[in-house]
Amino acid sequence: MTSTHVPPADRAPRKAFRDTRDPVLGGVCAGLARHLAVPVLWVRVAMLLAAVLGGMGIAMYAGLWLVLPADSRFEEEPPGLASATRGGRRPGRSRRLQDVGPAVALAALALGAVLLLEATLGRGAVFWPIAIGLTGVALLWRQADEAQRERWLDTTGRVDPVRVVLGSGGWASYARIAAGGLLLVAAVFIVGFDNGGQAQGVLVAALLGVAALAVVVGPWVYRLASDLSAEREERVRSQERADVAAHLHDSVLQTLALIQKSAHDGPTVARLARAQERDLRAWLFAGDTTDAATVSGALRAVTAELEDAHGISVDVVVVGECPMTEGLRPLVAATREAVTNAAKHAGTGRVDVYAEVGPSLVEVFVRDRGAGFDLDAVPEDRQGVRGSIVDRMTRHGGRAEVRTAPGEGTEVRLAMPRQSRESEPGEPQEESP
Amino acid sequence: MSQPVRVVVVDDHAMFRAGVRAELAAAGEGRVEVLAEAADVDEAVAAIAAHRPEVVLLDVHLPGGGGAEVMRRRPHPDTRYLALSVSDAAEDVIGTIRGGARGYVTKTITGPELVAAIGRVADGDAVFSPRLAGFVLDAFAGSIEVAAVDEDLDRLTEREREVMRLIARGYAYKEVAKELFISIKTVETHMSSVLRKLQLSSRHELTRWASDRRLL
Repeated sequence: MTSTHVPPADRAPRKAFRDTRDPVLGGVCAGLARHLAVPVLWVRVAMLLAAVLGGMGIAMYAGLWLVLPADSRFEEEPPGLASATRGGRRPGRSRRLQDVGPAVALAALALGAVLLLEATLGRGAVFWPIAIGLTGVALLWRQADEAQRERWLDTTGRVDPVRVVLGSGGWASYARIAAGGLLLVAAVFIVGFDNGGQAQGVLVAALLGVAALAVVVGPWVYRLASDLSAEREERVRSQERADVAAHLHDSVLQTLALIQKSAHDGPTVARLARAQERDLRAWLFAGDTTDAATVSGALRAVTAELEDAHGISVDVVVVGECPMTEGLRPLVAATREAVTNAAKHAGTGRVDVYAEVGPSLVEVFVRDRGAGFDLDAVPEDRQGVRGSIVDRMTRHGGRAEVRTAPGEGTEVRLAMPRQSRESEPGEPQEESP
Repeated sequence: MSQPVRVVVVDDHAMFRAGVRAELAAAGEGRVEVLAEAADVDEAVAAIAAHRPEVVLLDVHLPGGGGAEVMRRRPHPDTRYLALSVSDAAEDVIGTIRGGARGYVTKTITGPELVAAIGRVADGDAVFSPRLAGFVLDAFAGSIEVAAVDEDLDRLTEREREVMRLIARGYAYKEVAKELFISIKTVETHMSSVLRKLQLSSRHELTRWASDRRLL
């Protein structure tokens, strides 16, 4: 039984998207910050500066908001989590008061800048309608986002015209639409009737009204269209998933049959159950990949094999991650040996493996709370500890240390330096969005 | 310590609730008393308000918004929460801790260990399984420059990091204390302080670190 979940390729191009889970307005800055790997505050301040100095930022923001897809599309959650999300068993986004802080600060900053500009240049007549209009558009686009979000979470899968606009309703959506519409109309009228004569004013107002309508409805139509194509991809994907699920259920049935057959044999039942649990968990939650291309994957693969072979339970915790290189192979082999020793001699049936991948060093700790032994009493010719673990590690430039005493369990500490970047593809690099 | 700790079990799988109840009855005889069970958020809130338990065993994934939703509604101010889950998704675990849980253990925990964890939570201490310690170390990993951090909440002290590493390595509290030549009380203080940082830090990475890691 092997896990069929394929982890996303490391080298996939990075796509930019809007971060809709933690937005101030449309999530553009947050998404951009993640894409560029810079603090989000910098992006926000830069955007604000660009907006105040000549309005370039506003155009940029609006453009990106319109064009960048929201992030949820790229979230390929493992099926277990996806199902929990759909069933409402996971917490949604909950906003904390302190998270709103930056938004308030930025808004205050923006207002201050605007007032300053107005005081020095005095162009209030043009500025205010634009500001009001922009606020209106922002509110309406925000609502389009919310509606799209809910469409994704919706399980019925039908496109209902009312829900396309309102999402699942609620006072927030109505308020957003009403306020947005009102602000837009106000902006149109201010501009229209401020500019000179009656007839010209009406004409300008009408034109502006049409433009506003296009601007407002645009996002809804655009998103609906892009949703439809995403839907098609999703269907293909879910069919694949169904195949995998069938395969897994099949393996679970096999396991259950085996368990029934060997019901009298405790260790076998435990072993079968553990193997099956690991398999299902890997597929459902995908946290524990056993793909041998990474250090954590290689360690998990090794320990999984030993769990099955010796009927023990191994708890693997890995902090950090790096690609598996030739130089790290002895480390994995030594880990394997250490766990095997623990399985054979400790007598507790439980081993903890902790690995930490640092920038220059990979460390592995293998610990059991079993019988322990007297290290000095081990005869020289015993291959296990000295040959397979200590010597192997030192031969390859690493280090190994065994700490044990009778009755106190055993801990094997392994450390191996990471090689100098020769085969490290993890370099972040910019690619076209 | 003579009074048994009053507990409510919240999980949407009836079979699991029954299993926990049986295990607590066997391993926690006289130390833990299960008052009620609940299968979703609304039931849980009602049961906690009615029974006022000291500790709630809370599933991370729960119909009605997840375990975090139960804590958000605060049915009873003095109740403490211990998260219990089979989902190893780091985001959910960290999210639940940030929602107010005092610890996290996996569902494969043995009966006696669970009883000990419940006792610890009832006393106001934190409970870290090796896996949670690993998540914490990952979440607070040195992806940001130490010099660039001005808030204490955003990083662990050297000592706290050592404690977390030992927990991740499978050490029990007692063994951690012995290894670092400090008292168990001090270990508990460090753990509580890590828990506090986990809950209060505004590091963006804390809620999003899993996906961030995939990005960088």
